[in-house]
Amino acid sequence: MEGIGINGFLAVGAVLFACGVICMATKRNGIGVLMGVELVLNGANVNFVAFSKYGPLGLDGQIVSLFVIVLAAAEAAVALAIALNFYNNHLTIDVDRANELQG
Amino acid sequence: MEMLLFTIFACAACGGALAVVLSQNVVRMAFYLVISLGSTAGLFFMLDADFVGATQLLIYVGGTVVLLIFGVMLTASGPFLTIKSSPGDMVQAILVGALFLGMVVVTVLQVDWEGNAVKLEGQYGASSLERPGYNQRGEGHTTRRIGAALLGARFDKDLGKQSGQLSTGYLLPFEVVSVHLLVVLIGAAYLARAKRRVRVPSGS
Amino acid sequence: MMPVLATETISDFLSDEWGWSHIVALAGAAIAHVALIGAFFGLPAFAGIWAERKVSGRIQDRLGPTRTGGRFGWLQSLADGVKLLQKEDLWPNAADAMLFRVAPYIVVIASVAAFMFLPFSDGWVAVSLDVGLFLALAILSLEVLGIILAGYSSGSKWSLFGGMREAAQMVSYEVPLGLTAVIPVVLAGSMNLDEIGRMQEGWFWNWFIFHDPFTMIAFFVFFTVTLASNKRAPFDLAEAESELVGGFHTEYSGFRWSLFFLAEYASMYFVSALGVILFLGGWWTGIAPIDNFFRTNDTWVVNYLGNVLGFAVLLIKASKLVFLQIWIRWTLPRLRIDQVMTTCLKYLVPISCFLFLGAVTWSMLLPGRSAFGTKSSLGARAVETATVDRSPGHGLEIVATPIGTAEEGAR
Repeated sequence: MEGIGINGFLAVGAVLFACGVICMATKRNGIGVLMGVELVLNGANVNFVAFSKYGPLGLDGQIVSLFVIVLAAAEAAVALAIALNFYNNHLTIDVDRANELQG
Repeated sequence: MEMLLFTIFACAACGGALAVVLSQNVVRMAFYLVISLGSTAGLFFMLDADFVGATQLLIYVGGTVVLLIFGVMLTASGPFLTIKSSPGDMVQAILVGALFLGMVVVTVLQVDWEGNAVKLEGQYGASSLERPGYNQRGEGHTTRRIGAALLGARFDKDLGKQSGQLSTGYLLPFEVVSVHLLVVLIGAAYLARAKRRVRVPSGS
Repeated sequence: MMPVLATETISDFLSDEWGWSHIVALAGAAIAHVALIGAFFGLPAFAGIWAERKVSGRIQDRLGPTRTGGRFGWLQSLADGVKLLQKEDLWPNAADAMLFRVAPYIVVIASVAAFMFLPFSDGWVAVSLDVGLFLALAILSLEVLGIILAGYSSGSKWSLFGGMREAAQMVSYEVPLGLTAVIPVVLAGSMNLDEIGRMQEGWFWNWFIFHDPFTMIAFFVFFTVTLASNKRAPFDLAEAESELVGGFHTEYSGFRWSLFFLAEYASMYFVSALGVILFLGGWWTGIAPIDNFFRTNDTWVVNYLGNVLGFAVLLIKASKLVFLQIWIRWTLPRLRIDQVMTTCLKYLVPISCFLFLGAVTWSMLLPGRSAFGTKSSLGARAVETATVDRSPGHGLEIVATPIGTAEEGAR
């Protein structure tokens, strides 16, 4: 593991995070936006676990990432329910169409 | 060999994430997301976090992504639904994203992690994964210690210590999360339930 | 002398004897084991397909295959395989070609990779991890993904229906599957399949199915749920050929279709072996003197023979469960999709919750005791006291669950 070091893992985490942010910003499909959120959370998880291995964080990093995974699953369930409701109301999943509140 | 494994997993994770961004078909995006998340699980195994890796596979890949695809099927108004994002948005977002990525990577490279670790070790003691505990080989057999920590007992830190100076466990967050999951379960079922239709009087 | 044959796992062998580091040894073990399984589990799939035809024939008062390869049609599977290989590999115009081609591989990889964590005999396991059971179930659950993708990407309504049904069915049946699989974990105090198997050493009343009434019922619930998770009849709604043509694999032909077929038989075998290890005593014969003779002997040849015996025992037990699956398939009619969901959500989930609570209460009130009054064989008590000794004055009482093996506690 000497060759890789913490930097490699942090770089992967950063790439995942940036991809997730771009995905959230550009996708017009509601479920695509959700996938972006998953990517962002996943990038954060990589960082937590990397710090738990290389830093003094120890087991805490892994436990935090466990909580993140569980909460991400919960978030996905609720967001999916919202997406279904959205689809029922608008007959499309395109999030740009949710503009009723625009003045 | 480790470098090779890391390269494979890292490339698959980053490539999958990029493909999620660039692909326009939702189900293909879900497939690339699976590749990305699955190889991240591989990275977790490389980092000696076997329980986290297994959880990632079970909950993210086996659960969340299946749920997402299910959602795609329920909300698709036609076969192979693609909603294109406008090129202008895409260029802007990629520009901002690349700048952000560059910033983070430069910051990461500038930090002296080894020196920091030495400093923090002086402050808080050595990394707990190296401490004497259940498995000294540091092979990532973290399951028992994580389980004990979620029950509030920190074997990785507290073995052999007096009762006055014990570390905190994660019993309360664990309970809070379980209640939270219950709330989410009920809430999601409530939100997604079929709306009762207004009964139309039948016949004449 | 030859430690890999007697006690150690492949990954341990690679890291200890050859000095490979942990993760590399894991990868090496995975590759070796997948090669072994690929060679070896062509065979059970072969035998399974032959048995399926033969058993179904007998159940329907027919003879089944009789000509290919002698009197009993032994080579029928080979003939099937050759026929499937010869077929044209085609995909529909309406299909999403990339996903359509990838989907069968996901299914096969998932169902074969799960074998990595399955101990075939005492210590004959590629990767012996503390998260073994959890990880095996996780990898097995990836199979659904391939099936959903196959259903969606075919561009056909029948396939889409099959995929939808499979998704709904699998997502709900994973709950009782997890709950019933956790019961032996509670009893053994470990998720390591190797250790769960080792806890059931001795006479057959040490098997977890006979541990208490709750585990007895739990085994049958587990078996039912694995039927559903393998999409075996009566739960084969995803491919219900009378309503959906072929379900999710309607549009597949030739080799890609046979990959789905192989994966189904491989995972049939896998869940049966998992059930054997969790509930039916794993690789132990159930007759203590035989096992003890092989285990306590000093020469590695006898140990090795004992392991071969265990391997054979495990295979025989698992084959019986596979036979039971075939029997049920050709006996019971298919359920409707709403009946499948009702069975799971209204019956199996509450039942398995109750069983879980019951088993936990049992092991809390009567720790170490089973219905036949014998104690669990492994030195669980010793480990408990070791744990308590090593964290004195700890706020939590660590009494109910034995944690780890004696060796680990002493380490």
